Amino acid sequence: MGEVMVDLRGIHKSFGTNEVLRGVDLEVRAGEVVVILGPSGSGKSTLLRTINHLEKVDRGYVSIDGDLVGYRRVGDKLHELREREVLKQRTHIGFVFQNFNLFPRLTVLENVVEAPISARRKAAPVARAEGRALLARVGLADKEDAYPRHLSGGQQQRVAIARALALEPKVLLFDEPTSALDPELVGEVLDVVKDLARSGTTMVVVTHEVGFAREVADTVVFMDGGLVVEQGPPGQVLDDPQHPRTRAFLSKVL
Amino acid sequence: MHVTSSAPAPFPPRPPAAFATAGMAGFPKDSTMSVSAQPRLRAPDDGGDDLSKLRVVPARHPWRWVGIVAVLVLLAQFVNGLATNPGWDWPTFARYFTAESILRAVGLTLELTAYGTAIGFALGIVLALMRLSHSRFLSGVSWAYIWAFRSIPLIVQLLFWFNISYLYQELDFGIPFGPSFFGIDTKDLISPMGAAVLGLGLHQAAYAAEIVRSGIISVDHGQLEAAAALGIPKSRQLRRIILPQAMRSILPNAANEVISLFKGTSIVSVVAIGELFYQVQVIYGRNARVVALLMVATVWYIVLTTLLSIVQHYVEKHYAKGATRDKGGWKWAR
Repeated sequence: MGEVMVDLRGIHKSFGTNEVLRGVDLEVRAGEVVVILGPSGSGKSTLLRTINHLEKVDRGYVSIDGDLVGYRRVGDKLHELREREVLKQRTHIGFVFQNFNLFPRLTVLENVVEAPISARRKAAPVARAEGRALLARVGLADKEDAYPRHLSGGQQQRVAIARALALEPKVLLFDEPTSALDPELVGEVLDVVKDLARSGTTMVVVTHEVGFAREVADTVVFMDGGLVVEQGPPGQVLDDPQHPRTRAFLSKVL
Repeated sequence: MHVTSSAPAPFPPRPPAAFATAGMAGFPKDSTMSVSAQPRLRAPDDGGDDLSKLRVVPARHPWRWVGIVAVLVLLAQFVNGLATNPGWDWPTFARYFTAESILRAVGLTLELTAYGTAIGFALGIVLALMRLSHSRFLSGVSWAYIWAFRSIPLIVQLLFWFNISYLYQELDFGIPFGPSFFGIDTKDLISPMGAAVLGLGLHQAAYAAEIVRSGIISVDHGQLEAAAALGIPKSRQLRRIILPQAMRSILPNAANEVISLFKGTSIVSVVAIGELFYQVQVIYGRNARVVALLMVATVWYIVLTTLLSIVQHYVEKHYAKGATRDKGGWKWAR
């Protein structure tokens, strides 16, 4: 396992009076797969969204590969970055949504090459060749001209993964990637994620799939009430949980 | 009831198409059709009879026929009146319908519509984006503009622009509150045509802004998040992702606006612009054939509105791309 790739320190976040995150610390090393488990409302999705600055933190900081996300440090002050600079930072952070959020008016291949061409200024033929290779990798080589609406949920999510990978991100974030899928489609998406895990991609996955966590996670993080309650290798957290809330959660979902 | 070939073959095989007997209107008597999914209904009293073999008698609606006849009679009377009542004065209608002065007026009406639409929507998009901006100041300015121009009747605004040179004789370019470098007489800058275009365009912009804004906020928030998460530049997000999707709900409303602007140009007759309605007024003022000339204007408005509706249909079809599950996606606008 390499050096620290994602570093979260003392993350606080409130929506109105509702304090969703109350001081979360998390380290993800290069090549590590971190799976975040926890009951609904525990703040795990919000935490994931702070990593690519879709949510601004109230307190604490996020850094990716040593760079602060959303801010620039000048002396003893943090300067908020302009939107253009934040967008540029985000090209290094892949994000896969629960609801896929493919662009409906673009074909599958256009979805995949949109960001490399517009945000990375890649030449279109190069981007298209790489996009086709990525679609082949997620098993959708024959669907490049289809529109998202013509695909099943599982296929759409695999396109979304290819789209995130097209920017060659330093870290890939998954926000409950299988929660919107019919049960028989969950497997095909998890297979793609497992394949990525084996190839050494740094990933943070928020999920309810405990079996998946056991199989691919290097570290399982259990969150509840806006705090990390327990973390460690899956064998430890899932089979020998120390905290009563972890035990209560696992007894419900297993 | 249509069971396609993907259904499992029935076993033991049944006699084909037992229920597709004569009397099922519009139902093909296709002997290859499988009926495996059709439950074999049984009549309660004479057990064993297959209900699917019975003829279906559609429900009768006698009052519908009464209504249809009544409407047809009224329609016939109206058409008969159009043809036989000399008051419609069709020969005069025919003489003026394609008269040069009328054609020129139709051209001017279309010109006013085009300018009004272009200025209205160009300014409208800017106002919509301002209104959606995070800056309270910009969104406040946009709100105030929309409030003001929706509150002032178009006819009042047109008369105001027409008389602007009474209020400001000269438009000076220079340092604000300081010396002027050069000035233009507003009478030269704002001709009657200029006043009409300005009035229509500024009025239209207020409505266009709200239509564009409604389209933009109707786009799923997840689309914005996905575009932001991919780091796609803001202007590209708008052009490539957001506006094309917003167009789906913008277009029907925008077409309404263009059509109502097209007919609304008749209002600029108050500032003596020779558009269609002004022109027919001039002509019937001379020859007193009011009805025939009003019909000339009416038929032109109907013909051109029909053309605009056809254009709308094709533009909507284009923007339906990827919005439906139909193969090819955009073949049906619905």
